[in-house]
This record gives sequence, structure tokens and C-alpha cells, in this order.
Amino acid sequence: MSEPILEATDLVKTYKMEDVEVRALRGVSLAVRPGEFVSIMGTSGSGKSTMMNILGCLDRPTSGSYKLAGSEVSKLGRGDLATVRNKVLGFVFQSFNLLARTSAQENVELPMVYAGVGAAERHERAIASLEKVGLGKRLDHTPAQLSGGQQQRVAIARAIVNRPKVILADEPTGNLDSRTSIEIMALFQELGRSGITIVLVTHEPDIAEFTNRVVMMRDGKVLSDVTQTPVDAREALANLKEGE
Amino acid sequence: MNLFSTFRVAVLALLLNKMRSFLTVLGIIIGVGSVIAMVAIGEGAKAEVQRAFDKMGTNLLVIRSGSAQTSGVRGGAGSQPTLLWTDVDAIRKETLYVTKVAPSLRQSVQILGEGKNWTTSAEGTTPEYFEIRNWTFQYGGPFNEQDVSTKAKVAVLGGTVVDNLFGNGADAVGSTVRINNVPFEVIGVLARKGQAATGQDADDVVMVPAGTFAAKVQGGLRQYLGGSIYVGAATPDDTRRAQAEITQLLRARHKLRDDEADDFTVSSLAEAASARQEGTETMTRLLAGIALVSLLVGGIGIMNIMLVSVTERTREIGLRMAIGARPGDILIQFVIEAVVLASVGGLLGVGLGFGVATYLSSEFGWATKIDPQIVALALGSSALVGIGFGLYPAHKASRLDPIQALRYE
Repeated sequence: MSEPILEATDLVKTYKMEDVEVRALRGVSLAVRPGEFVSIMGTSGSGKSTMMNILGCLDRPTSGSYKLAGSEVSKLGRGDLATVRNKVLGFVFQSFNLLARTSAQENVELPMVYAGVGAAERHERAIASLEKVGLGKRLDHTPAQLSGGQQQRVAIARAIVNRPKVILADEPTGNLDSRTSIEIMALFQELGRSGITIVLVTHEPDIAEFTNRVVMMRDGKVLSDVTQTPVDAREALANLKEGE
Repeated sequence: MNLFSTFRVAVLALLLNKMRSFLTVLGIIIGVGSVIAMVAIGEGAKAEVQRAFDKMGTNLLVIRSGSAQTSGVRGGAGSQPTLLWTDVDAIRKETLYVTKVAPSLRQSVQILGEGKNWTTSAEGTTPEYFEIRNWTFQYGGPFNEQDVSTKAKVAVLGGTVVDNLFGNGADAVGSTVRINNVPFEVIGVLARKGQAATGQDADDVVMVPAGTFAAKVQGGLRQYLGGSIYVGAATPDDTRRAQAEITQLLRARHKLRDDEADDFTVSSLAEAASARQEGTETMTRLLAGIALVSLLVGGIGIMNIMLVSVTERTREIGLRMAIGARPGDILIQFVIEAVVLASVGGLLGVGLGFGVATYLSSEFGWATKIDPQIVALALGSSALVGIGFGLYPAHKASRLDPIQALRYE
């Protein structure tokens, strides 16, 4: 069995809010191996968002260890965490978070700008990345000219353009209709097959069905951790068409 | 993130809010513009004054007779002749720093030539005078020492006199003119100087040898010199030393006791010139103060709008951080944006100032002069204002927490 790409041990996160201590994580351990497609589920207040922020190197745990691609990142400073996010991780958000009035291609180029990639290579890789998500013909479109599903595809293209080891998706289908949601899940499954590790946060059980491991959280702890055979999103789409 | 793409992002961000960006830098535009225009006018005036003094002759001292005092009523300088003809030679021989000395006797005369007449100022002097006063010749040349001692009836005409007697710009050399009915041969026509700094027409003059002047115009040689003495020195420093030297010499020659006041005045054009220069320098310092205040006000405007911009773009900042922007990247991005904003303001201000200066000089004939140093200074300080006032908003942006920023509505 291969070494975990993502290994969190006894994560504790405590927030101080006006004298009241909020314990968002109370000792969470999670190991994800390369190529796994994991969904983290839970109700609001379960700690799944805090977990996601720490896994995404946007926040640091109060205590516990977090190893990403073999190196400890839980004690890194702001600048070093930014570099880790840039080189090792890719983010997909519920609200897409594309720069308005900026073309799809330029949005996808952004992570490479901070990685110091030259202009010619940036263009080339951004185009390749957009082609991979099926938007090769919409390079010049701004977010306002794209549908929600297309915007999320641009965001995914942006997430994979720096060849990350892990993609973190925070409710990526939350703003999409069910059909588009399944299309996006199909895209994730495709990326998963190519070897990228994906961690997805959702509160929809239908969406978690497309992943091969479901981690259920409650009150800052892992409630269950079940490996499953995922539903093939392509087949689900085909069934959806027949049903219409 | 390299500097070029940072600049590009900054320019694009500012172009998204063209009107707002323009209004933000309006303060800087007006401040820089008015300073550039005013300095252009000030420099132009300064150059004009300098030119005027250069025309009169620099390193020049004028010695006049003292004032007459009769029963407590004091006449003006020169009302009582105290300078002696022998003073001229004494100054020439007994001083170290004086290089040239010439008497200048003046009187209003009527001059006739080619059947026309004209009233002008006649000046009796010696050849050195032309060098002291920087006079050059359009036609012919000056009279010489021999003409002075033999009281030769030769004359040098100024351009205005020639115009009125012989027609515009005529070569009058060889003609005969009558000054107070005495015939003189014209041997030279002076190159034109135009208006003197005092507003008089410097070319409205006829010059004759001092001896001739005393004998034929003033009517008989006297012991006292009925006019002033012009003295030239080599450098401004020498001029100052010569002034002290002459004062000492003339006091001794006029046998003045220590408690007696000078019966003559020694005035220096350099002094007047430097007084004028000091005046313009005070003006320049005042303008610099105004510039500073306007840049400060403009800078506050920029800081204000940058703070608004940081708040508006909180989500964008959060996203940039999430995908790998380091705090330093965000800091530089916003500082550059402020610098671009301020520099564009400075640039437009320079354009405005240039336009106003050009308009003033073409419409009103004011002399203006754009100093490249002032332009560079204006642009440099605009950019500095951008850095100074952009730093706080940029710092604020770079310290944002990416999680909070991404959630910001």
C-alpha cells in the first residue's frame, strides 16, 4: 500500500470568540492515499469546513500534525503556506470565485502567474487545461458570458493547471442544478482516474455517492469512514437522459 | 509574480473604474499642473530679468555725485556735483580690481539729420564705456581716446535715433548730424538692445567723446564732472571689492572726515540683480510649499480610494491568496496600483501645466520656461506619494485572512 499523500493526526482547532472557546475540531485523524476520491460530509457545525481549511493550508491547527506529500505543514508561516497552496493544491469553490471581467484563459493563468511561469508557457498550459475540461472554444469568454457549470469548469481548469497533487473542492455543486452537478462529478471522476487525489466537502448524499470514500463528521470528530464503490457519473447522466 | 504583469493588473484594475480613478487623481493633476505652470512663468520671468541685466552689462558699478543739502532740504543723488574729472583717472590708476572706467555725461539734446529732427539723450563718454556696457556696433565703430582728447566732432548713434533721422535700420555712417547746431560726423551705429530693465528705450541715444560733450554740449570744461562714472570689474567678487576700494579712494580724495557721510554713491547692478533673484527664489520656495500641500491632499484621496478598493476586492484578494499569492505579492500589487494612479495624475498634471504655460505665452506673450528638472521632480514626487499613501491600504490587503476574505460578501 502506498504512503498517504495527505495525513492528518489528532487535529484540534479552537477558536476564541469573545471569551467563548469554540472547539471546531476535537482530535481528527485522516489519511488519504494518492488517487483517492474522498468526500467529507456533515451538517453545518460538524467541523467539516474547518477541516477543509486546514487540509487546504488556509488555516493552521491549534494542535496535531498535518503532513502533505510527506512534509509537515502545520507549523509553516503565511508565505510558505501560500507556496504550498500554489504548488501542491488546487481549489474549487462553491461560488466559483473567478475574477470578473477577466477572460477564462486569464483566470486559468492566474496560479501560474504566482508560480513564476513565463507568459508563453502560461498561455499554452491554460489552453490545454481549458481543453481538458471541455471549454477549448471559450477561452476569451468572461465569467458573465458563461453558465454556472461552465464557470465551475473554468475553476477546475484553474485548479489543475499547476499540476497539483491534491484538489480540494468545497461544495463544488452547491450552486448548480442536479444535472450540471453530475456533469461536474463526471469531470472529477475523470481527473481522479488520471491519478489526482480529490477531497470534496458536501452535505448532499447524492453527490457523495460518486466518490469512493465517505468520511462523515459530527461535532468536530469523525463519525464514520466508509469506503464504497462509486456510482459512475457518466452512467447516471445517461440514465437521466433516458428518464427525460 | 513579475513586475510587468503586476503593472498590467494594476492598469486594468484602474481602467475598470475610469471615472473614479480620474476623480481620485484630479487633486494631483491640478496641484502638479498649477505648480508646473507657475514655475514655468516664474522661470520665464527670471530668465527675462537675467537677460535684461546681461544687456546692461554685468559686473558694473555706477558712481554718482552725492545729494545737495541746502537748509535741510536734501536733493536727489547727483543734484550736487562732487565727482571731479581727476577722480576718473584716480580710479583707473589707484585701484586693483577696477578693469575699466568711463565717465557718462548725459543731457537731453535736439539732433538734426537729413532735414529731420529728433530729441534724444546725448551721452559724453570715453571708448571704454562701450565695453563696460556691452555695446556692440551694427555699422562703423566707436570713437577712440584721441577723439576724446582732441574733442573731435564725431558721434555714435543708437538705433532709434537712426530710425527717426535716416529711416529704419539705415547705415548712417559718414553722414553729418547737428547736435545743438554743432555738426558731428557719424562714425558708428550701435547694435540694438531694445528696452532697458527700467522701461526706457536703450537705443534712443547719441554718444559723443566726453571732451567734445563738455565743450560743445555742456558749454565749457569745468572741474566737476557733470554726470556719473561707470566702472567695470572682471568678476562679481571683484565688483564687490572694487566697490569698497572706490569708496575708500573717493572719501580720501574728497577729504571727508570720518564723521562725514559719503558725498557720492556707488551702486552695483549685480546687487539689484541678486535681489531680484532672491525674490524669485522665495517665490519658488512658496510654490514648492503649495505643491507639497496639493500632493498631500491628492495622496489622502488616493489612500481613501485604495481603502475602498481593498474592501471591494476582498474576495478577489482571498482567491489570489488561496491559489498561491504570498502576502508580499498582494502588498506589491496594491502599492503598484497606487503608484500608477499617482504617476498618471502627475503625468496629466505636467501635461496640464505645459498646456497652461503654452497658452499664457501665446495668448499674453508671457515668457515661460519649462524646466525639465521641475517636471522630473513633479513626476518623482507623485510616484512617491503613491508609494507613501498606497502602503497602508496595501498592507491592510496583504494581512487579510484568506478564509475570511473568501467568505466576504
